[in-house]
Amino acid sequence: MGHRVGMEVSIAVSHAVQMARAEAIAAYPITPQTHIVEHLASMVANGELEAEFLNVESEHSAMSACIGMSAAGARTYTATSSQGLALMYEILFIASAMRFPIVMTVANRALSGPLNIWNDHGDIMAARDIGWIQIFAENGQESYDHTIMAFKIAENHKVLLPTIINLDGFILTHVVEAQEFLEQEQVDKFLPSYHPRFTLDPKRPVTMGAFAMPEMYTEVKFAHEMALRNSYDQILKVWKEYGDLSGRYYHPVERYKTEGAKVLLLIMGSLAEVAEIAVDELREAGDEVGLLKLRLWRPFPFQDLREAVNGADLVIVCDRALSLGGAAGPVMAEVRSALYPLAEKPAVLGYTVGLGGRDIQPSTFKDVVRLARAELAQGPQQEFHIFGVRG
Amino acid sequence: MEKFGYAQSQKFDTYASRLMPRKEYFTSGHRACQGCGEALAVRWVTKAIGEDAVIAHATGCMEIVSSGMPQTAWMHPWIHVAFENTAAVASGLETGFRILARKGKLAKLPKVVAMGGDGGTTDIGLQALSGALERGHNFTYVCWDNEAYMNTGIQRSSSTPYGAMTTTSPPGKLSIGQTTQKKNMVAIAVAHGIPYVATACPSYLFDLFFKVKRAIETPGPAYIHVLSVCPTGWRSATELSVRLGRLAVETGVFPLFEVVNGKYRLTVEPPKLRPVNDYLKIQGRFRHLRDKERAFIQRHTLAAYQLLLEKCGASYPEFPVISETEEESE
Repeated sequence: MGHRVGMEVSIAVSHAVQMARAEAIAAYPITPQTHIVEHLASMVANGELEAEFLNVESEHSAMSACIGMSAAGARTYTATSSQGLALMYEILFIASAMRFPIVMTVANRALSGPLNIWNDHGDIMAARDIGWIQIFAENGQESYDHTIMAFKIAENHKVLLPTIINLDGFILTHVVEAQEFLEQEQVDKFLPSYHPRFTLDPKRPVTMGAFAMPEMYTEVKFAHEMALRNSYDQILKVWKEYGDLSGRYYHPVERYKTEGAKVLLLIMGSLAEVAEIAVDELREAGDEVGLLKLRLWRPFPFQDLREAVNGADLVIVCDRALSLGGAAGPVMAEVRSALYPLAEKPAVLGYTVGLGGRDIQPSTFKDVVRLARAELAQGPQQEFHIFGVRG
Repeated sequence: MEKFGYAQSQKFDTYASRLMPRKEYFTSGHRACQGCGEALAVRWVTKAIGEDAVIAHATGCMEIVSSGMPQTAWMHPWIHVAFENTAAVASGLETGFRILARKGKLAKLPKVVAMGGDGGTTDIGLQALSGALERGHNFTYVCWDNEAYMNTGIQRSSSTPYGAMTTTSPPGKLSIGQTTQKKNMVAIAVAHGIPYVATACPSYLFDLFFKVKRAIETPGPAYIHVLSVCPTGWRSATELSVRLGRLAVETGVFPLFEVVNGKYRLTVEPPKLRPVNDYLKIQGRFRHLRDKERAFIQRHTLAAYQLLLEKCGASYPEFPVISETEEESE
């Protein structure tokens, strides 16, 4: 069952979309998302994927066209990055409020200005509150797996929410990795063809996107909030089913060497693999440091996180984005807020690392652990730190 | 002869309601203003669209008056997403239906129609529209042109005519109101090389009806620009909406024509043009204009009309235009 391949992660993602039998794709090119859509366009052109590939004139139109495609009843996919996600911003909220199960890959990249095409999480963090399910992949295998699973999660009639798979731009999208692909028959069995709950059908006319007065708006948003919160159970069910199929089980908060750890690093995305090396080296040196990897960003896994930090004295959140003028990076703010109600809670310190593609090595995480410990000992001196800023 | 009884175009169309489809697709009970030319246009355009169609609508007056949750005035399957992206939504719909039909999941391809106001078309939605026209989707785009952002309170758009008063182009000591000429959206649509482009006005129902029918039946993109009289924004009497539409045509301010595969043809051709002042003087939005500006609008209207006639290869109507004194003597 399954077969091993070595290929660029972007190409693997395009194969995942192909195996998921996406029917309609609308996309606009932006670095570093391009390889994904190029390969999908090529698959459609060669008849390897029975789909329509729509070359729209902007990301705003890409997301708008995706809504149209999804409203028509087609399994819909797109991919974007950075400025493209920012241009989509307005429509992202509408896609989720109207409950269209669009799947989107975001090749995470810094936001302008200054213009920077390299990786951080500034783009997706600016779109944190769009009401989509948001998942972070750590490596090529996860990118492939979560792309297939995303369709099943999004299209579940108990969920019906658009879903974003976050991949670190370049660090993941442009790297060649060994991965295990499922066979097409396995994917077909796991992910049957899409049966929409509502479509724009002349035989059963409906009005979609009616406006809401103050007496309706709150109820609609409450329904949206409940839908996203309740999607948690369905996400776990799909991940479990996929685990049984592939042998690869995923959890909302992944733990790495957390047993007995008093200090926990927490990060999202591909740099977790770098952090693992740091943890390995620290452990070898007798330092009981562990690592938490936040996979599910929306809906936020409050309970999983609270359980995962049990017994720790210090959680060091390594954000990949800034909330300028705010408390800290978005992840740190969220984590501290999630842990605040606990009677016994660890200290939470924020270190923002790797902005705009700044190189992060295992030594970075070791430095962060050392600095955080010192900070904890003398009491926090500032709200958070941007690591590695040159004077 | 009543004051505005001189309507040349009555020689061209006879309104016979029993010859038109009785089925209503845009129901009563919507919240459009009294005398709304746009609501009238929507009612007849949806009749012309007929069965088996899906409509994407932009944010704007018509969306707001017709779709307050949990009610709707639309009998067609209808979707509203945002302001500037209706052509993109429609292109997604058309593409989605196409792939589903190809895969055998859909027996019949519905017709796809996009609708938006002049702001949503000529300003903020121009990029999405241009993209959709260029990609050649099989859809019809209908622009409801009431010549300003009426929904937000009569602000100027690029479709507001020269001299008009709006809340953001107010006349004052240093201004005559709107100082720019109305954007030629029809020419922009034609420049995309699409198979069908037309202007229309609900004051000429047959003309509107058959243009929409033709647009729907034309494979590929079609664009129809509908002048929609807005008593609220134009500061005109509500009972004059149909007449104002006729006057716009009879004065040459808004000629009715179609462009089929690049070939222009006037569909309503008044043998004589009335003075533009007939059209201007019954609208409060032009009330502040002096003779100088009115004369300028007259000259500009005639020049534009002549250019259009040249494109149509039509003979020039009798000039000078009918004088106001001549009209009064009739």
